[in-house]
Amino acid sequence: MQLKIILFGQLTDITGNEMIALDNICDTDTLVQELNKLYPAMASHQYIIAVDKKAIQENTPLHENSMVALLPPFSGG
Amino acid sequence: MNNSNQLYERYSRQIALKTFGEAGQQKLLQSRILMIGAGGLGCAALQYLAAAGIGHIGIMDYDTVSLNNLHRQVLYGVNNIGSPKAVTAAAVLLQANPGICITAINDKLTVTNALEIIQQYDIVIDGTDNFAARYLVNDACFLLNKPLVYGAVSKFEGQVAVFNVLLPDGNFSTNYRDLFPQPPAAGEVANCAETGVLGILPGIIGTMQAAEVIKLISGIGTPLINRLVSYNALNNQLFEMQLAPRSDTNLLIPENEAAFLAMDYDWLCGNTGDTIEIDTTQFDALRKNQSVAIIDVRELNEMPVVDEFIHLQLPLGNIEEQFQDTEHDTIVVFCQSGKRSLLAARMLADKFADSKKIFSLAGGILKWKQENNLKK
Repeated sequence: MQLKIILFGQLTDITGNEMIALDNICDTDTLVQELNKLYPAMASHQYIIAVDKKAIQENTPLHENSMVALLPPFSGG
Repeated sequence: MNNSNQLYERYSRQIALKTFGEAGQQKLLQSRILMIGAGGLGCAALQYLAAAGIGHIGIMDYDTVSLNNLHRQVLYGVNNIGSPKAVTAAAVLLQANPGICITAINDKLTVTNALEIIQQYDIVIDGTDNFAARYLVNDACFLLNKPLVYGAVSKFEGQVAVFNVLLPDGNFSTNYRDLFPQPPAAGEVANCAETGVLGILPGIIGTMQAAEVIKLISGIGTPLINRLVSYNALNNQLFEMQLAPRSDTNLLIPENEAAFLAMDYDWLCGNTGDTIEIDTTQFDALRKNQSVAIIDVRELNEMPVVDEFIHLQLPLGNIEEQFQDTEHDTIVVFCQSGKRSLLAARMLADKFADSKKIFSLAGGILKWKQENNLKK
C-alpha cells in the first residue's frame, strides 16, 4: 500500500516536495519514524498530523486511501 | 443628513445583506476588538474592521515603521518610517472612518499588562510575529475566556483559526496549545525576516481574520471554530482540518493570574539562547552514571514503553512541584520528541539553580530508540 502525504510550510523545504509517497505505513507512529529516518531534519520540527482532515494526537491507523497532512507552526505576522 | 442617517448610509451595503441587517451592524458598532500587532496581518485586518464599523478598536504594537515593512504593511508610507505603528495606524484608520473609536497602545504585550488590556475587549486578533507573543496572547485569552482570531504567515502560506469560543455545551473551543502544545525550539521555525514573505500573503490572511471577527460578532455564517484553514498563495489551495482538544492542554496553560504573571514567554520560546540539550551518545554515557537521575516527563500511559534503562516517571505537569531530590547531582529528562523535556529541564534548572546539572534528551525517546535499533 502506498500512502500519500501532503506537507506544508517549512516541511516542504526538508522533503523538497509538497507531496511525498511512502510504502508500508500502517499507522501514524510508523509514519513519524519513517519520516525521521528518511528526512532526519523532520525529527527536530513539530507539526500537526491530520488524517482525513482531522488533527490527531494518538497513534492512528492508516489505510490506502487515508489522506495525511503535516502542518508546522508559522510565526510570521 | 443627520447622524443616524449618515451611519445608515455609510453601512447601507452590508445592512442590505438579509442575514446581517441592521442588527448585525448594531453589533459591530457596539463591539470592542483588540488587534495585537499592527504589521502585515494587522494592517489588512484593521482596514476592513474600521471600514465595517467596529465601534472600538484597540491597536497594540511597540514597533516603529521600517522601509522593509512597506511591501506588506499597507497602512504606512515612506513618510511614516520611524513612527510608532500603533499611533500611525490609528491616525490613518480614523481618517477613513472618523465615526469609530480607536485606542493606540504603543507598548509591548507582556505578562504584566496583558490581562488588564485584553479584558477590556470582546475579541482579540493575533497579528504578532513571534512565538513568545503568540503563546502569551493565547494563554491570556484562555484565562480571560476571550475569543482569539489567529492568523500566521510564512513565505507563501498562511493559517487562520478561531480559538477559545464559548460553545453551546458550556465548553470553550480549541486554542493554539491544542494545535502546538509547546513552542518550537529556538531556531526551529524561521521568521519573516529570515525566510521572507510575499507581501500580499498577510493581506489575504489578515482579511480572512477580519472576516472571522465580523462573523463572530454579527453571528452570521460558520466561523473557523475547532477548524484550521491553511492557504497557499502559490497554488491557491485551501486546506481545512478539524481540530480537537488535547487532554494535556490545560496543564500547559498557567492556571491563574498569579501563575501567568510568573511566566517567562521569551524564555519558554528559547529566546535566551542557553542550550541544555544532549544527544543520544551523551545521554547513554550519563545514564550509566549512578549520580545521575533519569526522568521520563511524558504522561504515565504514553508509548513507547521504556524498559531499556531504569528511570523515574514524573509527567511535565507535576515535575516542578513533586520532584524532590537530594541524592543526584545531575538530572536528565526525556519525553517523546524532546520538546516537553526541554521545558522540564528549564523548569528544573530554575528550581535547582546551580546546585544540580540539568539536561534534556534532544529528539526524545523516539530518536533514542531509533538510534539504538540501528546499532543492534
